[in-house]
Amino acid sequence: MVRVLLFGRLRDVAGWRERAVDPPPATLFALKNQLTAEDPALGEALAAAGVQAAVDRALVRGDTPLAAGAEVAFLSPMSGG
Amino acid sequence: MVRLQTEAFDPGALLSGFCQGREETGAVVSFTGIARGGAGAVTRLELEAYPGFTDAEIERIAEAARVRFSLQDLLIVHRIGKIAPGEAIVFVATAAAHRRAAFEAADQLMDYLKSRAPFWKKEHGPDGARWIEPTDQDRSDAARWD
Repeated sequence: MVRVLLFGRLRDVAGWRERAVDPPPATLFALKNQLTAEDPALGEALAAAGVQAAVDRALVRGDTPLAAGAEVAFLSPMSGG
Repeated sequence: MVRLQTEAFDPGALLSGFCQGREETGAVVSFTGIARGGAGAVTRLELEAYPGFTDAEIERIAEAARVRFSLQDLLIVHRIGKIAPGEAIVFVATAAAHRRAAFEAADQLMDYLKSRAPFWKKEHGPDGARWIEPTDQDRSDAARWD
């Protein structure tokens, strides 16, 4: 199982903020592909410019293996202040 | 120190507290960001953080500024949750031996908080809600320090 969290507008597109994906996909890209197959609108939003991913609360670039129990967050462009 | 909080804060009280007991400091600079009402277009802001990630990222940004500008101290207070127009969203204070470092550090911290700190900001108004994402200006402001 991996835990998937969505932030910002991704959450409005998907209609959920958190879910478990089981069995766990082997890599981040495999997880993205699975989410995209289930919900093409979310897939398009995940592919948009400026969307980043964090695995176990660390930003990652490109693909990375996912351990069972990993927490994967997809982050819309950030804006504070 | 970095603090995320849902409660409103008084920027004047934060600044007074930050200035206490600083015989060797020389310069304190502070910035307060206030939610804009947009002439009635915005009734409230909603700011979301990613607990355990947002705080760690801001600590990292703060530590880098502390080293780069030889700061003696800094304070960042950022609201999360619901914020009404006119309320303070963010407070940054920097303490250094001389003013230039304190000004520049506060400037950089705010530029990074605008577009690189993990917050998500939604504006609610009479015409509905919309996500606020960083502008090209916000990105180029932050890039000045890279």
